Amino acid sequence: MRAGALLSALLLLGSASAGAETVAIVGGTVYTVGPAGKIEGATVVLEDGKVRAVGRDVAVPDGARQIDAKGKVVTPGFMDSLTRLGLVEVSQVEGTNDTRPNEDDRFTAAFDVVDGINPRSILFPITRIEGVTRAVVAPQTGESLIAGQGAVIHLGTERSDWLLRSPVAMYAVLGESGAGLAGGARGAAMLRLREAFQDALDYGSNRRAFESGDRREYALSRLDLEALQPVVKGELPLVITVNRASDIEAALRLARDFHLKLIVAGGREAWMVARQLVDAKVPVLLDPMANLPDSFEALGATLESAGLLHKAGVTVAFMTGDSHDVRNIKQAAGNAVSYGMPWDAALAALTLVPARIWGIVDRYGTLEPGKDADVVVWDGDPLETTSYPEHVFIRGVEVPRDSRQIRLRERYKDLSGVGELPYRQ
Amino acid sequence: MTARSCSLVFLLCLTLIPSPSPGADKKAAKDRPFEPPDLYVSTYKPLPSRPTVITNATVLTAAGERIEGGAVLMRDGKIAAVGRQLPLPAGALVIDARGKWVTPGVIDAHSHLGVYASPEVDAHGDGNEVTDPVTADVWAEHSIWPQDPQIPLALAGGVTAQHILPGSANLIGGRSVTIKNVLGRSAEDMKFPGAPYGLKMACGENPKRTYGTEKGRFPSTRMGNIAGTREAWAEALDYRQEWAEYQSEKDAGKDESPPERNLEMESLLGVLDGKILVQNHCYRADEMLEMIQVAREFGYKIAAFHHAVEAYKIADVLAENGICAALWADSWGFKMEAFDGIRENVALVDHAKNGCAIVHSDSALGIQRLNQEAGKAMAAGRRMGFPLREEDAIRWITINPAKALGIAKQTGSLEPGKMADVVIWSGNPFSVYSKAEQVYIDGALVYDRNDPARQPRTDFSLGLPGEVGGAQ
Repeated sequence: MRAGALLSALLLLGSASAGAETVAIVGGTVYTVGPAGKIEGATVVLEDGKVRAVGRDVAVPDGARQIDAKGKVVTPGFMDSLTRLGLVEVSQVEGTNDTRPNEDDRFTAAFDVVDGINPRSILFPITRIEGVTRAVVAPQTGESLIAGQGAVIHLGTERSDWLLRSPVAMYAVLGESGAGLAGGARGAAMLRLREAFQDALDYGSNRRAFESGDRREYALSRLDLEALQPVVKGELPLVITVNRASDIEAALRLARDFHLKLIVAGGREAWMVARQLVDAKVPVLLDPMANLPDSFEALGATLESAGLLHKAGVTVAFMTGDSHDVRNIKQAAGNAVSYGMPWDAALAALTLVPARIWGIVDRYGTLEPGKDADVVVWDGDPLETTSYPEHVFIRGVEVPRDSRQIRLRERYKDLSGVGELPYRQ
Repeated sequence: MTARSCSLVFLLCLTLIPSPSPGADKKAAKDRPFEPPDLYVSTYKPLPSRPTVITNATVLTAAGERIEGGAVLMRDGKIAAVGRQLPLPAGALVIDARGKWVTPGVIDAHSHLGVYASPEVDAHGDGNEVTDPVTADVWAEHSIWPQDPQIPLALAGGVTAQHILPGSANLIGGRSVTIKNVLGRSAEDMKFPGAPYGLKMACGENPKRTYGTEKGRFPSTRMGNIAGTREAWAEALDYRQEWAEYQSEKDAGKDESPPERNLEMESLLGVLDGKILVQNHCYRADEMLEMIQVAREFGYKIAAFHHAVEAYKIADVLAENGICAALWADSWGFKMEAFDGIRENVALVDHAKNGCAIVHSDSALGIQRLNQEAGKAMAAGRRMGFPLREEDAIRWITINPAKALGIAKQTGSLEPGKMADVVIWSGNPFSVYSKAEQVYIDGALVYDRNDPARQPRTDFSLGLPGEVGGAQ
């Protein structure tokens, strides 16, 4: 019974957002990222937290707040496909950092980021006012090859209703890090992962025997074996952080053997094995700016990665793998364009593509009627360094342009009255 | 370089210091115990060049001007002329840069390339001498691996000079060095001729964590940091006194043996004499104010605070004291002392009267796109209502770092007589879509995005798996 509930990924369907108003964004250049493509001079109507209508001949509903978007650009809110948002306030202050089980060297497949996410994090306002409205929160690899489970959240103001999908994926690591955790060799890491999946499969069909103590010992604890059930059933994606081309090939073999739903994260040399990724229908989560040959598993890293993968037909979504820096994901996308990825594909890698990968495309990823109203009005090209959102809606609620950083700025913006600084008054 | 030109280098050093340090008196130079040996001076030689004129470009001079349809003439490695209509010398190569932008070469005031080379294996961790909180005797140039593949990546980002520092584990981490962004067989082959050394100092979390938390020794607190720093400078004053006494005895004809040579103290004396510029890693406003007091106590000047995440809180004080702030556009929150970082930091430091704001990288990734980082900082300033123009923002990555590094007389702006360190950008350099197309150092074309033969590569990069498109 309990196991059954755990077997299927829990889909949390939110009701209409509290505080959602009826808004008409009028006259902007709208990139729907859907079948309607780009529409000049379009109106986008938001109602009850949803996109109600998009198009050139859409009437403004009575009583709707109107936003003049002439000369502006309108897009869906952006999504970062691998973050630590909500898990950390100050990276080096341990008490605020819940990204990973640091000292636990068993498999921690049951570790769930949701237990640590703080939706009141000061990072949320700082990030969302720059147009990022959704994020995948993933555990960081600590001492375990399998780190645990991630979730999809939105960054809106509704603090009781922030979880959109949980768990959304299981997270593991191979390559140099994986080898290090397994005692030094890549082969050892693969062996341990194979053992984990074999144990999970065996446990799945022999629960009763296990409970009555009539089964061999497993390498994993009961909760971890439970958490792995949807993974070995091919229902819950397994995101493996892996970079070297040959390590990606090894991950593909592992996925084939166990019928896993594999997603590659990092993927510095993924472009070198693009054909195999296409054939296996494995998406890649990428930071397009990560071009340093900073390890022997990234010697083939290049700024052209995103463009090359896209051209080969690989599904590419963008990630920062960060917390405080998530707001810069649009700069990463801009650099992908600069080095060969089509602009539309880069925009999709921040919206529609992650919506599909993470199973929320019915509600997010494009500006189409019926979808959640995650909508951003930009003062220019959203991927440009100098552009900025003028309005950000998350599920129909406009987020206030306020953050701890804005308050700091306002406090120190004018130093002419030094000696009478604000906090002295 | 010969011994004769070495003394020339020293003359240059002396003339480069923006303002003499308060503690430097005329006699000090005479009392200085040792000239550093000639062996470590720059052996950099500019690559061959021919007279070249770039025409029809939008030129940002970093001397305040923006010239539409502008031209830049480079001759004998120097900027010969900048303007709209330039006479074309016979035989000059003419580059039509219609639609493109031209700026001075980008200068990164804070880099660890070569001392923290890629790949980041333990064997390449040469940036922090973490054996003592004061290691003023070590020199970053002696850690630089000239084959670091990150150096050409920075070149593709338009960087023509960079300041390479020891890390921030120590209160006094050692001497930093400015290099031309060229490849060479030794660090000396890359060394910027005549550039003064820096002295890397650090306050805040890093030294106290490195020693107190990780090694269980002094310093373990901020007050320990300050005490350790003051002790070092107090020793330097004593050392100077020893030599002064020796000198006067000697002048009086007495046969005294000289004091024992002390390499650490030689670096500190270089600062007290105004020949070495203090580059001070410091995040918090209150700590920067403390470091200014320490500098006053011992009579030296701080050229720049680096990282300075809270510089905006004391932008007025920094400007009054002629101290630059080398900053990230938006890096924040990774540790407690970076918690108050804001996107407007650069613009606010710049906005203070006589403010000197620098956008730095401290990153092998960031150094590849300092133009974009400056673009973000400019945009943040504009959103706050500051009327920042491209001709203002370009200073943050060119002439202002040149000032902080003591090389502003030679480079950092497009003005006649300066080194022809020039970048042609495919468009507005602050755009995410613009790329450095051609990079000139001392008038020589050292990087050309459209010519793989002009894309330098270090030994390490040769024959690696999956090469594409040259030095990308």
